Amino acid sequence: MKEIANWALNVATMRGASYADARIVSQRSRALTTKNGKVGSASDSESTGISVRVIADGAWGFAASEDLSRPGVEATAARAVEIARASAQVKQEDVRLAPENAVTAEWITPHTIDPFSISVEQNIALLLNIDSELRSVAGITLAETNLNFNREEQWFVSSEGSDIHQTRYSAGAGYTAYAFAGNEIQKRSYPNSYGGQWQNKGYELIEELKLVQNARRIAEEAVALHHAEQCPEGTFDIILDSSQLGLQIHESIGHPIELDRVLGMEANFAGTSFLTLDKLRRLRYGSEMVNVVADARQEHGPGLGTFGFDDEGVPAQCTPIITNGLFTGYLSSRETAHTIGENRSGGTLRAEGWNRLPMIRMTNISLLPGTTPLTLEQLIASTDHGILMQTNRSWSIDDKRYNFQFGCEIGWEIRHGKRLRMVKNPSYSGITTEFWNSLDAICSREEWTLWGTPNCGKGQPQQVMGTGHGAAPSRFRSIKVGSAYKGS
Amino acid sequence: MEQRRRAFEALRLGARTKEANLPQRHREHREEQDLLSKDQASDIFDRIRKFSTADETEVLISGGRFALTRFANNSIHQNVEDENHVVSVRTVFGGRTARAFTNKFDDDSLRRVVASSESLAKVQHPDSDLLPMPDSREADGSTEKRVQATQSPSRHFAETALITPQLRADSVKKIVDVAEKHKLTTAGIFSSAESVEGIFNSRGLNKWHTQTLAEVSITMLADDSSGWQKANSPDVTNLDPHFLAEVAAKKAIDSAHPAQIPAGKYTVILEPAAVLDIVGFMFWDYSGMAILDQRSFLTGRIGSQLFGENITIWDDVAHPLQTGCPFDGEGMQRQTVPLVENGVVRRVVYARATAERMKRSEQKDKVGPIVPTGHGFALPNEMGEMPVNIVFATPQDSQTLSQMIGSTERGVLVTRLWYIREVDPYEKIVTGMTRDGTFLVQDGQLRQGVRNFRFNQSLIHMLSNVEAMSVPVRASGEESFDMVVPAMKIRDFNFTEVTKF
Repeated sequence: MKEIANWALNVATMRGASYADARIVSQRSRALTTKNGKVGSASDSESTGISVRVIADGAWGFAASEDLSRPGVEATAARAVEIARASAQVKQEDVRLAPENAVTAEWITPHTIDPFSISVEQNIALLLNIDSELRSVAGITLAETNLNFNREEQWFVSSEGSDIHQTRYSAGAGYTAYAFAGNEIQKRSYPNSYGGQWQNKGYELIEELKLVQNARRIAEEAVALHHAEQCPEGTFDIILDSSQLGLQIHESIGHPIELDRVLGMEANFAGTSFLTLDKLRRLRYGSEMVNVVADARQEHGPGLGTFGFDDEGVPAQCTPIITNGLFTGYLSSRETAHTIGENRSGGTLRAEGWNRLPMIRMTNISLLPGTTPLTLEQLIASTDHGILMQTNRSWSIDDKRYNFQFGCEIGWEIRHGKRLRMVKNPSYSGITTEFWNSLDAICSREEWTLWGTPNCGKGQPQQVMGTGHGAAPSRFRSIKVGSAYKGS
Repeated sequence: MEQRRRAFEALRLGARTKEANLPQRHREHREEQDLLSKDQASDIFDRIRKFSTADETEVLISGGRFALTRFANNSIHQNVEDENHVVSVRTVFGGRTARAFTNKFDDDSLRRVVASSESLAKVQHPDSDLLPMPDSREADGSTEKRVQATQSPSRHFAETALITPQLRADSVKKIVDVAEKHKLTTAGIFSSAESVEGIFNSRGLNKWHTQTLAEVSITMLADDSSGWQKANSPDVTNLDPHFLAEVAAKKAIDSAHPAQIPAGKYTVILEPAAVLDIVGFMFWDYSGMAILDQRSFLTGRIGSQLFGENITIWDDVAHPLQTGCPFDGEGMQRQTVPLVENGVVRRVVYARATAERMKRSEQKDKVGPIVPTGHGFALPNEMGEMPVNIVFATPQDSQTLSQMIGSTERGVLVTRLWYIREVDPYEKIVTGMTRDGTFLVQDGQLRQGVRNFRFNQSLIHMLSNVEAMSVPVRASGEESFDMVVPAMKIRDFNFTEVTKF
């Protein structure tokens, strides 16, 4: 593969490119679902191709093809240069890349069990077992389960001499129980909504999730929501479980720190960011307890944002994003690093596959756990009156990432340190920095989970990427609750 | 996590658009080359069928050439092109079925994808709802009078297929010139695509569709305001990037220094792009499978007066302003289906198997006509079907946008909505934000830009409160798929919060 990729580099440089890189990617995936006792879908997929990214006349060009023959690869490289020359006709300044040492490296996701070595029969049996548990609860009208496995092998070479071979595995699993009655649809999901939990692991992730053991409880909660009171509207202290907090981090920290958004590159689609450059190391993003990192290193954990090198050959790094409440860092690339006075990329450029342009993406954007021992039950016990909200049901945030609103599947009203009652349709809303400054308690490491968000969309053409978000249950003071159902 | 539209596109024919393959061809001058032809696809199917040991075999082939020039800060900063074709093989053994995908068309790869599909299928449990694959006669016909099979117009235009990076750069230069003339900053895209979709099965069905599409989307940014416009068409000569740039620039200029007005219920005038993005969230529910699953807000409501009498909606792939493939994921011809008539939900769409299940269900007498309508996703899938060519009927007394503004004492004009998500699935409450051009209307005139709102709005209530509509147009947004929709003037639209810009 390296030889094939070098054909592209040779043609690109011969045609006048001042920089070129080539990625050959081979992807394999398996997706299995069940619905109400039957297999819903079963599919296997393979895809291999090459992309060539070049700078010519000071501007970018990118072309991709499935054709790995020498003439095909050379034509793709020539096309990338031609496109770059067209780009150069509408530019304000030349592209500048932060320096990066050339590297030759191999990297593979640590995993115990190759997920593709597990028979489809075993996987389907697991899903149908979960389905049976869910539907054994009277009142469940729809049960859905899913298992997903991915393997992506990439060869990266650059005109600066890098040669990186990287193989990433990921797995995901989850289920949802729905209960329709009267004029209401309620649902509960496990371990998380919208596809469950995802990590860069092998099949061992599935074994760790205790999927069957939790199915009946989840189904019973879905039915019980029909008998619960509507979540009250007003201002409350709220406790978010770690999965909901993971999405809160994703939307109100992860996206606004993307430097391409900040610089206006996403203004037409995903939007811009309130985190203008003047706010770096000046903005009090959150309370003193808030410490957030962007960490792509394996030692952070097996998140969907964990890798050895990003897709322009920059090693995985840990960047402090919020330090004791102060805003301290952006997600950057070789092209954008200079805009924040950095002489090296933060290593966050990633592409969905062989035929997509790498762009700045979240790695693992994690809220570090509290340093004082604190369990969720202890946090509840220390709360006089509040709402505990679990598992995301809806999410929305404006295009500068100020105003957000989240809905959760289930809530619990807390009175005098105890769970008083279940409440349905809980939601909360706020302004990003006000919200993070209201944080006054974070549970400690034993409650911390590195969640996977497999479906983060960004870019034109839109690319879907997996990101990681570590979080422990946390409490926020005086938050607006319930406006989602007010007057609609 | 803005991925809903993408998920829809992936489901449409079940093909994985990110995966690609073509027979090996060498392309110094791609604009002179043809995409995969039906004859080439037919040859691929013949080879797959030879390798297959299944009772039945179906092959979907889709892909094409896609190019996109992206600009921001008055510069082209991304400029991409890729060529994609993918084949997927569905095999059936005694009521058991599965699908496998590849982007390599050599014999070894095709043998492997067939084997993969077969091995997945063989370990399934037999599905009593799985029907034999349709033949051409079944796929083309409908005996039901209210559903009409009509011929779609040609949607392949050479002018669009031949767009080069140079042509896109020239258009972007004109857009940047508009921005610089008005001392604004612009960001956006100019894309072009040429695509094919085909289906072949072992009962002799073979269908093929080719299409082109050009798209321009422009945001104009001022210090504290912005404006936006977007349009697409199979025929690039229908697009006028300069005009769109001027309209977007005027919105940015006119909405400068936005005032903050309180949240609350307002009369709103939604431009067509805003209408399509919000109403798009209900069309997943116009599905027989959604009714059977009891996940649709139409469960128990078909035949009832759910919306205002001025609302009539069709699904019509053949409409001259529509785009898309005239057959579904099993090769069934897409039919023209009246979904809502004068505010009454009349019917939903069906894949073949869903129709058979519904006929046997307890709900069969409560859901209107039950017949396959050609809206199924590729099998196997969990979602069943969905209408994807939505057309709102032209109102008897249509109004222009200016007339709507002129008749409004106090209200809000909305250019575009953003990050819409479902809050309540049965009351169909959705939340989201306004964006890129939100104006206060007072005493029949646009007064000034206002800070953007968050809304929490039931679509049922919204479509019951429509006071005026324009002539429907082809509109494109970012939250839903393209539709033919009017601008709407709506009373009591529920804004719940104001953001900081």
